[in-house]
Amino acid sequence: MTEKILEVEDLNKFYGNKQVLHDISFSLNKGEVLTLLGPSGSGKSTLLRCLNGLEEFKSGTIIFEGKKVIPTAKNWQQLRQKIGMVFQSYDLFPNMTVLENILLGPVKVQKRPKAEVEKEAKALLKRVHLEQYANSYPRQLSGGQKQRIAIVRALALHPDLMLFDEVTASLDPEMVRGVLELIKQLSDEDHMTMIIVTHEMNFAKQIADQVLFLENGTIVEDTPGKEFFEHPKTKRAEEFLESMEF
Amino acid sequence: MSWAIIQQSLPQFVKGFQVTVWMSFVGIIGAMVVGLCCSLIQYFHVPVIDKIVSAYVELARNTPLLIQLFFLYYAFPVIGLKMSAITCGLIGLIFLGGAYMAEAFTGGFDGISKNQIESGEAIGMSKWQLARYVVFPQGFALSVPAIAANIIFLIKETSIFSVIAIPELTNTALDLIGLYYHSNEYLFVLVIAYAIILIPLSLLLTWLERRVRYGTFGD
Repeated sequence: MTEKILEVEDLNKFYGNKQVLHDISFSLNKGEVLTLLGPSGSGKSTLLRCLNGLEEFKSGTIIFEGKKVIPTAKNWQQLRQKIGMVFQSYDLFPNMTVLENILLGPVKVQKRPKAEVEKEAKALLKRVHLEQYANSYPRQLSGGQKQRIAIVRALALHPDLMLFDEVTASLDPEMVRGVLELIKQLSDEDHMTMIIVTHEMNFAKQIADQVLFLENGTIVEDTPGKEFFEHPKTKRAEEFLESMEF
Repeated sequence: MSWAIIQQSLPQFVKGFQVTVWMSFVGIIGAMVVGLCCSLIQYFHVPVIDKIVSAYVELARNTPLLIQLFFLYYAFPVIGLKMSAITCGLIGLIFLGGAYMAEAFTGGFDGISKNQIESGEAIGMSKWQLARYVVFPQGFALSVPAIAANIIFLIKETSIFSVIAIPELTNTALDLIGLYYHSNEYLFVLVIAYAIILIPLSLLLTWLERRVRYGTFGD
């Protein structure tokens, strides 16, 4: 019996009077990868940001690790240590070295001993082949390197769920591969539970256990990954997949 | 222009120079302390006090220093608060400068990108931790150019102290002109004296701006 890590029920979100998410419901099993697909403006990123409280939602329930999330600022602060997020624009802190960026969360937020975290951070850096940059500043790194550091920064908190928001969208094509390989590794080797918003269809095809296809803030399809790419249930998803092929 | 007249007046100008320098120094330090406190109160939205701070900033920034000094020096004694000219001058400069410095710091804190804040929130930082590790270090760096401009501005504003007879540079020059009528010579020395303070300082501040910016953001 697989364990559910996340359940979302009837989530509705508005920007002013405009409803941007309509009755979103889905669930995610521990260790699985959920990919959010859909055209621009379909609400993928907004949904992702609702899941760690960066966006408020009007109604609906989020159940994380069996507990209903009471959406207060304090609770989200706690939960974000368990729900890591990586952004499109990496957003490393420019005033800190790579190592300081990684240590900030575990040492200052989680109050773990610095020596222990530092050892762990160095191991993580080694894993992403960037150990020689521990004392460099983000400005000395390429986009792909920064994004891998941003992933390490999120992992250092020992999250149970990782959210990736178009993490390769602003990278040079050559840099994309390294980042995607790392995410794939996290899934294959660490069995990390992840929700990924991406436009890299080949990647999504390889990694997704489950696909949510969104349009205009509504879930059009909720289909197992393999099936979605081979036999999408809806005409709309079929069109979308065709438009992505070149 | 007579070199002899200039030479004779130099001892008095040196005294005026010293007064301008030490009063500017104390006033600017005071203004930065007041400005930082005000800006922190606004940043953390401390209830009630933040409204008072906003009112103060608007009042101080929208009234001339000349009028502020008149109030301190001529109007306050009426309600029983008599202070020396020097005290009035320092209070006036800190009152005015504090508001300008508050705006400079606030501008820096506001200038931090939303992405930086969110990426801090995403690793579970509290509002205070975010301020301590992300907003303030970057915000200070962003506010350096505005603070530097305020420093130069406040030093020049000290010339207004002459109206309440503080013996700083401008007052010294005006006194000498009143006594001996050699306005060309005395005004020449006056301009040189301000230039001696302001030009090196302004160069130093430009260098500092670049250095802090590079140290924090690397560009």
